[in-house]
Amino acid sequence: MVSSGDTAEEAAHGAVEGETRRDFLMLATGAFGAFGAAAAAWPLIHQMNPAADTLAASTIEVNLEPIQPGQRVLVKWRGKPVFIVRRTKEQVKEAGAVNWSGLPDPEPDSKRTQKPEWLIVVGVCTHLGCIPSGSKPSEVKGEFGGWFCPCHGSHYDTSGRIRKGPAPKNLPVPEYKFLSDKLVKIG
Amino acid sequence: MSDSKFKNPIVAWIDYRLPVFTFMEHELHEYPTPKNLNYWWNFGSLAGIILVIMIVTGIILSMHYTPHTALAFDSVERIMRDVNYGWLIRYVHMNGASAFFIVVFIHIFRGLYFGSYKSPRELLWMLGVVILLLMMATAFLGYVLPWGQMSFWGATVITNLFSAIPIVGDTIVTLLWGGFSVDNPTLNRFFSLHFLLPFVIVGVVVLHIVALHQHGSGNPIGIDTKSPQDTIPFHPYYTIKDLFGLGVFLIFFFGFVFFAPNYLGHPDNYIEANPLVTPPHIVPEWYFLPFYAILRSFTADALIFLPFSWLMTAKLAGVLAMFASIMVLFILPWLDHSPVKSARFRPIYKQFYWLLIIDCFILGICGAKPAEAPWTYISQAATAYYFLHFLVIIPLLGFFEKTKPLPTSISEPVLKGGGGASVAAGAKPMEKA
Ligand code: HEM
Ligand code: FES
Repeated sequence: MVSSGDTAEEAAHGAVEGETRRDFLMLATGAFGAFGAAAAAWPLIHQMNPAADTLAASTIEVNLEPIQPGQRVLVKWRGKPVFIVRRTKEQVKEAGAVNWSGLPDPEPDSKRTQKPEWLIVVGVCTHLGCIPSGSKPSEVKGEFGGWFCPCHGSHYDTSGRIRKGPAPKNLPVPEYKFLSDKLVKIG
Repeated sequence: MSDSKFKNPIVAWIDYRLPVFTFMEHELHEYPTPKNLNYWWNFGSLAGIILVIMIVTGIILSMHYTPHTALAFDSVERIMRDVNYGWLIRYVHMNGASAFFIVVFIHIFRGLYFGSYKSPRELLWMLGVVILLLMMATAFLGYVLPWGQMSFWGATVITNLFSAIPIVGDTIVTLLWGGFSVDNPTLNRFFSLHFLLPFVIVGVVVLHIVALHQHGSGNPIGIDTKSPQDTIPFHPYYTIKDLFGLGVFLIFFFGFVFFAPNYLGHPDNYIEANPLVTPPHIVPEWYFLPFYAILRSFTADALIFLPFSWLMTAKLAGVLAMFASIMVLFILPWLDHSPVKSARFRPIYKQFYWLLIIDCFILGICGAKPAEAPWTYISQAATAYYFLHFLVIIPLLGFFEKTKPLPTSISEPVLKGGGGASVAAGAKPMEKA
């Protein structure tokens, strides 16, 4: 039965021509179906990304007035800490003098600040996300005087650059803008 | 219907339309089982029972638990203090997770010793590895729910593993979090998935058992059953043995639940999560320690992946190695091509088997220690040995090991009096299976 049907089909369309036409229809239908399935899957995946309210809550303004030279403060931004450091002249000079081209994530200090006095970095270790210690005067600052991540031993310098340990990158610099001399907007 | 094998007319009526009783009779009663299974064969059914315990206690916990960052910790404390028997249900669920891993690890090492992964049981074994992966995911998600310090920082460290993936890593992490850090959206979805995955595990367990019943259980000698003389019906022989094992297990288990319920946990998880303070020393639950040690053994100082350094960071290498440590189990049936299954007849393999167990314990200890010398070096060596075992030693043994002669049947060693203490008991052959 089947074979006679096949033969009739072939007779009607001509074997070669009929098959290519059919193949094309199959492919086109398959591609269309795959596109439709992907379009239907996207909302199911994208719902997991940050929601509108989460995104809306993602900028903060920080008053820099009370921060003394040499002082470090920690503010919360997008659920994670941001380190703000008012660096002393010596610290700026020291961070600038480092031969940065040989560092694991080479970056000059000048590229990491808008005003050399103010270092603003996200305080999340680029290894696996712990918060490096060093923001409070009593805390360990690591071998390079910046921060030390206790989780797996990463040392950051006074520019927030990774100097030693498993972390691959420097502490990231968030997007920020000085609204005035003493007010900064992060995010 | 009158010729049904069931005497009870209601059972016969139902079975004629929906053959559940035939199915049970076939899979449990008639199911022929090798007569020489030892107690290492108890751990499969034990794992199944624990899965049921976890689902029952889990559903009860979720009747009282609140998946919100501001309320989760207190809702768990309320379960512990105010809900009637809440402390019992939670401690059973908490220690049940540990017991589940102990039992499944023993079950897996049983398989490694007796070569249970070999033909024709490769898929059975691979389904088991899938169950292990799902269990690890479930336990990780569950540990986040009480929203203590270890919950939060464990979740942070583990989700950050995905940022090691080149190019799309950070996008994936944001997708997992539903925000810019582990936060309320993360907790909500973790609860949803923690509820779901155990039922997925049930599904894979069913497939695992279908695959098992296709060729039947292996046995400590590792040769096929050849005649009805070699087998006994599963029920009542092994149902009663499994029940006895369950009794012994429950004594140990409730010893923990009643007398040392927090022995295996970390005290920091009774401190509420604080996103701005990392505990000085983050450790995962004990069952993840060997994997955690493999993850951390790749430090920036290790130069072995230098040729790939443009793509391969220490972080990515650690993550890949950790996943690879389980993936080697997937391909183990093909890495080990020795025709002899049981380590009883593989004198050299048997020694390497014990070395592997020691290696896994060393990895576990390293995983619990801070990442500093000498522990980093020890875990690097132990990680290297782990892969050496599976990728080099096992394949080579297939070529070079001189195995001992196999008995001709399961009954032979017993009948000849080679079976040690059980000689007298086994001396009389079974008349009929
Ligand atoms: C494969 C089986 C399961 C494993 C391995 C597992 C593992 C865990 C673990 C390790 C915890 C943290 C315990 C703690 O420190 O408090 C937990 C908590 C929890 N689990 Fe499960 N679980 C399983 C099944 C389930 C199921 C089926 C449900 C619900 C239907 C559930 C609901 C919960 C809830 C509500 C909590 C939070 C309360 C608490 O922390 O005690 N679990 N689970
Ligand atoms: S998270 Fe900081 S060193 Fe690993």
